[in-house]
This record gives sequence, C-alpha cells and structure tokens, in this order.
Amino acid sequence: MIRNLFDFLVFPGFLTAIFVGLLTGGIDRVVTARIQWRKGPPLFQNFIDIIKLSAKEIIIPAGARFTFLLSPFFGLLAVSLAAAIIGRALINPLESFLGDVIVILYLLGIPAIALIIGASSSRNPLASVGASREMKLMLAYELPFIISLITVIVKSKGALHLGSIINYQVNNGANLYSFSGALAFICMLLCAHAKLGFVPFDVAEAEQEIMAGAMIEYSGLALALFKLTKAVLLYLLPLFLIGLFWFTNANLFVFIGKFLVIIVLFVLIKNTNPRLRIDQAIKFFWGPVTICALAGLGLAILGY
Amino acid sequence: MSLKINALTKSLWVFHAACSPCNNCDIEILDVLTPRFDAERFGIVLVGSVRHADVLLVTGVPNMKTKDTIKALHAQAPKPCLVVAVGGCACGRVMFRDSYNSPCDLDEIIPVDAYIPGCPPKPEAILAGVIKLINKVKGKE
Ligand code: SF4
Repeated sequence: MIRNLFDFLVFPGFLTAIFVGLLTGGIDRVVTARIQWRKGPPLFQNFIDIIKLSAKEIIIPAGARFTFLLSPFFGLLAVSLAAAIIGRALINPLESFLGDVIVILYLLGIPAIALIIGASSSRNPLASVGASREMKLMLAYELPFIISLITVIVKSKGALHLGSIINYQVNNGANLYSFSGALAFICMLLCAHAKLGFVPFDVAEAEQEIMAGAMIEYSGLALALFKLTKAVLLYLLPLFLIGLFWFTNANLFVFIGKFLVIIVLFVLIKNTNPRLRIDQAIKFFWGPVTICALAGLGLAILGY
Repeated sequence: MSLKINALTKSLWVFHAACSPCNNCDIEILDVLTPRFDAERFGIVLVGSVRHADVLLVTGVPNMKTKDTIKALHAQAPKPCLVVAVGGCACGRVMFRDSYNSPCDLDEIIPVDAYIPGCPPKPEAILAGVIKLINKVKGKE
C-alpha cells in the first residue's frame, strides 16, 4: 500500500514526472531559441513559471460550472497514474499487470478530455472553439495511435503486459529495428506529438488565432495544473515510446540517450513545421498516418 | 513572500493592450520579442489571453470607446497585475491632450506602475523600462 503510494506520488510517478517533465520543457525552450538564433530563457524557466502561477489569483468566470476547476485535477491525476504504471514496468518488467497497456491507452486520453470539459464549462466562445478543435484532433490521432499499439502487441506475440513487451524486446531485439516496428514508431511519434499539442498540431491552443483557445479562461493554479499535465505528458510519452519500441537493455545512460533522441525529434518537428488547420490535421492523421499504421500492422501480421 | 515576488519578476507574462495607439509603439514592442533583443531571456513571454497576464503593456491614448475597455481588461486580469504605459500617448497624451475624443489620462483610469516615454520608445528603452518595473516590484515588498 505504502509502496504503491510512493510509486504514485514520488518515484516514478508524480514528483519525478513533474521534475523531469518541466526540465525537458526547459530544454525544449532553450533548443527552440537556439534554432531561432536567440539566447532563450534559463533552463529552469518552467519551474519559475509554475511557482509564479500558483501564487496568482484564480478567476472563475461568471456562470462557469463546477467542472471548470475540477477538470485540471482529473488530467493531472490521470497522467501521473500512467507515469507511475509505465515507470514501474520499465524498472521491473515482471511486475506489470495484465492489460496495463490498455489502461495506459485510456489514461492517456483523459488529459484531452479534461481540457475539453474544462473549456466547455467556462462559457467562453473562443474556449468552445478550442474545445471542439481538441475533440476533432483527438478523434483524428487516436485511430493511428491504437493501430500502432496493436502492431506492437501483434509483434510481441499477443502480449498485453507492458512488461512482457519489454521482455520480448530484450530477448529478440527492439521492435524499432524491423519494418513494421519502424512504421508503427513513426506513426506513434506523430500521434504523441499531437497529444502534446506541439506546433503543427496546436490547433486547440493556437495563440495567434484563438488566443490560447481552450485555456483562455484559466488563470493561476488552474493554469499551472494544465501546464503540469503537459509536463508530465512530455515525460511519459517518450518513456512509453521507448518501452514499446526501443527497450533493449536496462542501462541508465543508454536510456537517457534514447529519451533525449525522442525529445530532439519532437523539437525538430515542432520547429520546422507551421501550424496545420484542423481539417488538414484530420486529413493528415486519417490519411497518410493511418495508412502507414495499417501497413505496419499488415507487415507485423506477415512477420516482418 | 519573497519567493513569490522573485518568481513573478523572473517570469513576466505580458499582455499587449492596444488602447487606440498609432501602431508605432506596438511595432516597437514586437521588436523587443525578436531574436535581436529576445525578451524571453528574462522569462518575458507575450500571452494571448488576459487571464494569463502579469503585465498589461498599454499603448496609445484612451478615447471614449477604449477607456471602458481598458478598465474592464484590467479588472479581468488576475492579481497581482502590473501596468506599464508605453509611449508618450499612454504616459500623458502629449499632443492629443486637447482632442475632443480624449477624455482622460491612462493613469486616471487604472493604476500605472511604470512609464516608458518616447514616440515611439526604442526597444532598448522598453527593456530598460521593464527593468525599472522589476526593481519597483522588488523594492515595494
Ligand atoms: S507615443 Fe507616439 S508612436 Fe506611440 S502610439 Fe503615441 S503617437 Fe504613436
């Protein structure tokens, strides 16, 4: 019991996730600045932002429903739980429980739903535009995400434990080093990018056109909770990708190296692409990405 | 307490409130965000929603219409919210003082924490003004 609480709250759950996530966010901001030929903020800027936000006033817009303040907590709790499950499975693959991949799949959907609920209970027209876009984007990326996940499950002989997927890779080589695995990895990377709400797919936030969209009415601690949710996602999606596709041995330095490679991929995609319109994003995910994912699934069934 | 103030001064999120300016001040404000001056070095970011703002950068003379808007905008921002008047217009209306459409000064509507004069002020002057503002916030507590 105490052990589980520790897993959830400290390591590898909540606190670790927040720390690593915010630090990774700082790395992302610095690298982005360097790409744009600027100096950029200090590495720990995201921590300062969170401290500042938590000291500010929380404004509840007139007529907002009670879900307005509740939904940020849902999102953060769900991703912290997912971080704890994934972290535990990576540290000790034998301990994971049956079907944890499916649980993680559902938990990863919750932050977007929390954002939609929170935005639509704020009674702001721009927020409702943001919420509807987030909903469409979610419908778009979940399909290839699930197909890629099925590809991995097929490749590891129907294993539904994250632990046994990892074990299978340790024994038989990483999933990434095969045709089907590489295809599924690319698709899942793009879906993870959209889940993070990074630039080509940041239609729901779209600072320049709908002014932070879904988040427009949030201030103070509530906004900080959404930022923390994003930070935890930034920690846990690379871990999930590594666990599913790229886990060959438990060497910590190799692991951090892989984590950084995935982060660099995110930053590069983010900085070299302009924002897509929502219809373009849906076409992109249901068109090329889904076809790639299906091709990967077909190859995996044929054994490549 | 000082942790809060420190965090606030190191991460000022700026909301750009154009209160009927002639647009030159706004262009200079955008210059501060370009790679050459790079305000993000100090944690300064331009935000789109006033609910996220720590600083209102007000440009221009309040006129009959914008005078109520700027007041509402200040009320919508979460406290503590600082106000900076950028440009001669926002500081003291300069040549529009006697205009039929210029009812009052900005600081008669909302409390102003720092003034950055100039028509328009250079990006260097705006950065210097922000530093003045930070010193003021630190000294106050
Ligand atoms: S101060 Fe000068 S540049 Fe700025 S808004 Fe007024 S007239 Fe325009």
